[in-house]
Parts: sequence; C-alpha cells; structure tokens
Amino acid sequence: MELYQSTIHELQDKIKEGKTTATAITKSVLQRIDAVEEKVHSYIRVMKDEALSAAAEADKEIKKGNIKPLSGISIALKDIVCTKGIATTCGSHILHNFVPPYDASVVEKLRAAGAIFVGKTNMDEFAMGSSTETSYFGPTRNPWDLERIPGGSSGGSAAAVAADECVASIGSDTGGSIRQPAALCGIVGMKPTYGRVSRFGLIAFASSLDQIGPFTKDVEDCAIMMNVLAGYDRRESTSVNIDVPDYRQFAGRDIKGWKIGIPKEYFVEGIDPEVKAAIEASIKTMEKCGAQSVEISLPHTQYCLAVYYIIAPAEASSNLARYDGVKYGFRAPASELLDMYKKTRMQGFGAEVKRRIMIGTYALSAGYYDAYYKKASQVRALIKKDFEEAFKKCDVILTPTTPTPAFKIGEKTDNPLQMYLSDIFTISTNLAGIPGISLPCGFTKSGLPVGVQFLAGHFQEGKLIQVASAYERKAQIEKRRPKL
Amino acid sequence: MEFETVIGLEVHAQMLTETKIFCSCSTKFGAAPNSHTCPICLGMPGVLPVLNKKVVEYAMKMALATNCAINPTCEFARKNYFYPDLPKGYQISQYAYPLAEHGWLELEVNGGKKRIGITRIHMEEDAGKLLHDEHNPVSYVDLNRTGVPLIEIVSEPDIRGAEEAADYLKRLHEILVYLEICDGNMEEGSFRCDANVSIRPKGQKEFGTRAELKNMNSFRNVQRGLEYEIKRQQYIVENGGTIVQETRLWDDAQGVTNSMRGKEEAHDYRYFPDPDLVPVIVDEAWIGKIRADMPELPQAKRERFISEYQISAYDAGVLTSEKALAGYFEEVVAICAKPKQAGNWLMGDVMKFLNEDKKTIRECPITAASLAEMINLIDAGTISGKMAKDIVEEMYQSGKNPREVIAEKGMVQITDEAALAKTISSIIDANPQQLADYRAGKEKLFGFFVGQVMKATQGKANPQIVNDLLKKMLAK
Ligand SMILES: [Zn+2]
Repeated sequence: MELYQSTIHELQDKIKEGKTTATAITKSVLQRIDAVEEKVHSYIRVMKDEALSAAAEADKEIKKGNIKPLSGISIALKDIVCTKGIATTCGSHILHNFVPPYDASVVEKLRAAGAIFVGKTNMDEFAMGSSTETSYFGPTRNPWDLERIPGGSSGGSAAAVAADECVASIGSDTGGSIRQPAALCGIVGMKPTYGRVSRFGLIAFASSLDQIGPFTKDVEDCAIMMNVLAGYDRRESTSVNIDVPDYRQFAGRDIKGWKIGIPKEYFVEGIDPEVKAAIEASIKTMEKCGAQSVEISLPHTQYCLAVYYIIAPAEASSNLARYDGVKYGFRAPASELLDMYKKTRMQGFGAEVKRRIMIGTYALSAGYYDAYYKKASQVRALIKKDFEEAFKKCDVILTPTTPTPAFKIGEKTDNPLQMYLSDIFTISTNLAGIPGISLPCGFTKSGLPVGVQFLAGHFQEGKLIQVASAYERKAQIEKRRPKL
Repeated sequence: MEFETVIGLEVHAQMLTETKIFCSCSTKFGAAPNSHTCPICLGMPGVLPVLNKKVVEYAMKMALATNCAINPTCEFARKNYFYPDLPKGYQISQYAYPLAEHGWLELEVNGGKKRIGITRIHMEEDAGKLLHDEHNPVSYVDLNRTGVPLIEIVSEPDIRGAEEAADYLKRLHEILVYLEICDGNMEEGSFRCDANVSIRPKGQKEFGTRAELKNMNSFRNVQRGLEYEIKRQQYIVENGGTIVQETRLWDDAQGVTNSMRGKEEAHDYRYFPDPDLVPVIVDEAWIGKIRADMPELPQAKRERFISEYQISAYDAGVLTSEKALAGYFEEVVAICAKPKQAGNWLMGDVMKFLNEDKKTIRECPITAASLAEMINLIDAGTISGKMAKDIVEEMYQSGKNPREVIAEKGMVQITDEAALAKTISSIIDANPQQLADYRAGKEKLFGFFVGQVMKATQGKANPQIVNDLLKKMLAK
C-alpha cells in the first residue's frame, strides 16, 4: 500500500516506529496530487513548497522524539478557513486575491498538532451549494465517477480524501456541507455540535449554523481529528466552554443495549431505492451489534428546508455585505461609490450567491421580517425541541445522509429547488445545533458510494464515534478505492 | 395661533473604555489613520466579535443614574446598510431588546421640577470616518473610530423647548462625566446629539410631523438649531404649509437648518439579532455590584452641599458642576471647616487663575491642604484677607504652601500692639495739621491715618488693631 493511501493512525504508527518520515508522506501525497488532480480538481491551491518545508521541519521535531497527534500528516483545508499569508478565496471571484493576515483557530490548532497543510480545497462559492459546481474556480469531480458531482459545499475536501490527495481534510457544514459530500464520496465526515469547534477564521456563510469538521478515511481518524479540533475559543462568543473528552477512547467500545432511533419522517418517497436498501441493511447491522432500533418522530421535519432557506440566506445577506470593494478583494472600476458597489457585487458574486443574498434581504425587510425570519426562528426552536424529545427515547438517530447517490454534473444547476432537496436529511441537524456523522454504508450497483448518518444530542460527539466505529467494524463495508 | 414644541433627543455618548467594544484595539482619539485597527474592527472575513464587558458595566451605570430598569436579558442586533466607513456592511447595535428602558431625568423648570422620560439606553459600535481629498475626487477611510463603544440614550418626546433641551443635555452630560464613563468632549464627538422636533397647536394631543435635526456639536448649537427649527416650522404652519418628515442638518455658519433631501429617509436597516453574539444576561447580583460602585450624582451632591455646608444653591451649583471641583472643595472644608470661605476662594481667585490658564481643578498647583491652611491663617489673624490675595497668587504660581510663601516674603501680619502704637505715635507727630483737623470734626481723615500706618508697615499691620489703636490715640 502506498503512503498516500494510509489513514492517520496507520501513518502515525509508522512514524513512531521510524518506518517513514513526514517528508516521505508529504512527497507521496504530492505525487498523488500530481497524478490525479487534473481529473478531480479537488484543490484551488496546492501548497507544494510550504508543505515540503513544513515536512522538513516536522522531521527535525520527530527526530527529537517530539511526535504530536498529527505529526507529518497531510491535511487539506477547505478554502473557507483563513490561512495567514495564503490566499483564502471562499471559492469566489470577490475574494480571489484576498490574503488573510491571520490564521483560523482550527489552522492554529492543526499546525500545533503537527499537521502538514498540502492545499486549499475547492468549494461552492461561499459554501452555498450542494455540488461544488458554484465555485468560481470550476467544479470538482467525484473520484468514483468523474461525470458526477462530489457533493458540496465542501466537495473539494471530500474528493481530496476519497482520491487520496490528502490523508484527511477540513470542511464546514452549514446545512450538510460535510456530511453530504462525505456520503457521496464514500468517506467519513463529521459536523460537530454548534460551539464545539471554533468558528474564528471560518469565513461566515450563516453564522448560527456554520460549523467546522473533519473528513477522514475511517472513524478512528475522525476521532483523532476531533481531539485536535474541539475545544473552547475565547475569540468566539458562541464557543462553548465544556471539557473535551478523548474521542479516540470511544472508538473501540461496543453499543450493546443502545437504542437507535429511526425517524419515520425520513423514510418517505423520493429516496433512491438503492439508498433505501443500504440504510435498511444498516439498521440490521445495528441490531447485529446488539442495539435495538426504535421508531421515533421528528414532527417538524417537513418545515426544515423552508426554515433553513430563510435563516441561512438572511444571515448570509448580512455576512456578505462586507464584500463591497472598499477594503480588500475584487473591486470593479467605477466613477462613483454606488456604481462601484453595484458593479463589484454584480461581477464579484456568482448567481447562487446573489440569489441567496436577495432571498435573505427580502426575508429581513420591513414588513416581511415577522412573516419570514421571525417565524422561521420560532419553528427552528420547535425543530430543536423535536430532537430533545427524540433523544429521550434513543441514544442516537440513524438516517440516510442523502436521498440519492451522486448526481451528474449540470443535472440540477438549472433547478435550485431540486438542488436544495439533496440536503433534506442533513439540514435539521444544523438548525438544532446537534452533531452528526456520515460514513460509508455500501455502494450502488453502478459503484457509487452511499452514506449513513448518525445524529446525537448536543456535545455527544463521543457517542457518534462509538456508534460509527461499532458499525464500521460490524458492517465490514468492502474497502474499495476509486479507479483514477 | 399658539404652538407647543415637542422635542425628543437621541444622545450618543462614547464610553471611556481603554479598548473597543468587540476587539482589543485602543479607543484613543487622534492617532494616525487606521493605526488603531485589527482584522476584527476592519471587518475582515471570518473574524468574530467578543463583547467588552466594561462597556456593559458603563452602560449599566448610566442606566442606574437615569432611573432606568435594566433588562435581565438584552441582545445585539445588526443594523444593515452600505457605507465605506462601515466595514462589515452592518453596525452592531441593539434593537428589539436594549440594555435598559423606562427611565427619567429631573430638570429644574421655572423653579419647579420636571421629569423627562428616558425611553431606552442601548449599546452599539461607532462607525469610521471618511476624509475627502480637497483637490482630487477621492475619499479616504479612517477606521480608528470603528468599533469604539457608544451608548445611545433616547428620550421621550417630553421636552417642550430649546432651552429645556439644552438643559436636559447639560444634565445628561454632567452625569456621564461624573460617572467617569464618558469624557464628554463634544468637539471630538464623544457626546453627540440628534433631535426630533415638531410643533402642534397648544392643547392638541396628536404630535405634529417631526424633523430630525443633526450636526449640532455644542450645547449652544443645539439650542440655536432647535430655536431656528421651531421658528421655521411655525412659519410654515402659519402660512398654510405642511411640515415634511425629513432629516435636516444644522449649519452653524449660516445659522439655519437645511434638508438632507430625503437622502437617508428610505433606509430599511433590516435589523435582526446578531448570530455572532450571545444574549447579555444581567442578574441582580451584577446590578448590585454596579450600584455599590456608583458615585454620588450631581443633583444629590448639590442638595447635600446646600444642607450640609449651608451654602447658596448657586454656589452649590458651581461647586458641583465638576466632580473633581466638588471633591477639592470637600477636601478643603474637611481641613479648615469653613465652607463659605472655602467656596469663595475656590470660585473666586482659584477658578480665575485656572480659567486664565485653561487648566482644570485636577491640574491646580494649589493643593486642597494648602488652601485650607491659608484660610486658617486668615482666621487666626496671621495674615489679612488682603495679604491672602497676594499669597494665593504666589501659591498658584509656585506651588508652595502658604507658610513658605509668607516666610519668603516676610508677610506675617504685625499684631504687636506696642510696636504699632510706636509707629502710630510717630505718624501723629509728623502730621499735626491733619490731627488738628480730625479733632475739629473732619472724621474722614481717619482713613488718611490708616493709610499712613499701612504704608509704614508695608500693609502688614493687623487692620483691626490699627483701627482700635488709632481711635484711642487720635482722641487723646
Ligand atoms: Zn480592532
């Protein structure tokens, strides 16, 4: 097996045993990028020189016996997390030349843990999309079928892990942007509890929903990444100051006697039959693990999409107001102020971003606020309550991650509503602020990955690691690799 | 027709915190453009605000001082609009749930007392500043002021005239400065005021159409601007016109208000709760802590000065106009126990020197202990009041205490009766004609003899003793 194909824990063991070096791993991953990046286009920027010099530094430390949790591990960052001195574009023309003078908190944490950053990954513009097709830098392709989308908005980060162009990566999830591409690319992706991982330096899409999380090749790696990422940050007011457990400890435990909640509202028409079959098989696997499945109800599920598409665009319309051409980023030439604003934003933002800014602006307007934003906030509270009630009856909830496997590039670009429906099973999690994980649960006949999603109560990421690793061990999903 | 004026005031006061409301940049005025900025106040992508707790505490002080109820929970909201001095494209302010509401401030009106309602006090961040190039069609943006903490104090439309408005502002200003939460500097914009003005026929209940008045940067301009605006509105109504709801700017040089031509009128600020900040929870314990930390407020101090020191309302007003002055006065009185004299010296000579030098009482070279000592020396007869006038000036110039000044200048009063009698007798001997005239009934000449004695003693003779001795010796 090549180094670039390995997991974090495999590479960690090799480094500890002196069987490999940070430089060797980095070179292996960079070679892999050279070989497949043209087909997949996971990256907006590959940080070859930075990665190699960071690896050389890491090797010095490793030689001294200073081995950290991610020493020498190649990590890719979604181009929505700010990197000091390195352009951070958010997949947008308007920020194509923006170089932050600061690192995001997660970047600081990863670097302190020994991670080697190999690049900034592609994404839907400002994380608005479910296919990575709205990127200013062109679409990313699904490594399992290059005609298909990798999911989104963190499609680049998911594809990079699936195509072995990095060992693990960072994404952000506002309505499913980690879990949905993880499912469509056949890897593990976790959205932590809102407030668990610092948002400082994460370019905001919808501040009350955004959360950073990892993409990994297996559940144990997810636990390793969460150990590094999670924790209180006084630079974020919504960060929550509660202890971070050692997530890795949850990875080997069994789930005998657990109650697995199956929300009846999630198994309705519209689910692809092959996805449905895979999920039903997953429920059986849970039972084989000694858990018991129970039917639960999340009665406000039908409103999730509507609530999300008011709250997220409303917050976005305000969050994106700062991109006005005055201070940084793209500025369209114009003779006076109003003209400059209009041209800059008209040319700087893509169609989907403009669509959401307009929806959000409308929802917040005088005379509409009560009917839209306020009402949506009220329903959001009910959705949150649905989950609180549900978790009284079960330990975790199991659902499909997506209603269908990866669709074709261009298939839904002309139909935003169809596109929005691909997040139908992931959105409620963000509205409730709870954590969720998606992991592979099988393949369709045509060889496309299918994902299963587990959800738990606030700050119960440990439970998710536990159930996901139990599932992973029992299900023994065939270890396939995309043919590239 | 007789009209009644209805005025409501919105005051923005800059909080005297060291750092900005949502980042750790300095709030100091006058630095090089954009030197007091960081990614947070520059509104860069991905950065987040963290509330400066001091701002809440300062705002709570003002709320308590103006009898407001502090809400157990308040929240920040975004006020969305585009302007180059607003780097995020929104101002973080408070909207639906402000920090405090339902307060009042008491004014003295026509010898009686009148309460002006305070609708709300909320916290917000200031915007930056645009600098326009005089020679080129470009503007520069200075974001030093961006994120400087402000509180907005909104009054009820309870104010009935320009003078009353100015009075309200002065009281508000005085409290802010007393609380040491605002430097009150109107020129630098630390204390700003907008006014909503309307008129209505006397007796009418409904409000008239209001104009919002801006750009009045002194108490005097507020009064002048309002007076002009009231007259303008009366003129329109009396001539059959109608008032337009609009924002008007006071032009200090021309002495008129001009319409902003609806430029800002159509704004929909799309307020919504800021998702980057959590609600501020204020419990009773916190309020109690702030309350315990409150200084005596100007009005209470004035009343206490009148009753405790037996001084006039006017003197009490002057002495409490500044917290430091009141503190100085009380320090002097604590040592010499002569409030009337202390007040007179302070409001007379000392204030005159300070005003001439544009100094504040904090910078006064005469310590309270020195002034008290000087008053005691007058009282003990060691120096005369007249000598004291020179001594206090020397104390002010040199910073020395009165005993040092007296010793240096040999200014101790001559109270030795035998020595003075000797001087007087030689003066009588030298002026036989005047003595004869005095004895013949020309009593006005008494003053001549006093003058001669003072001249001979270089003004150091104790006037009372001189008087007594002269009377005796001239009568012989
Ligand atoms: Zn700052």
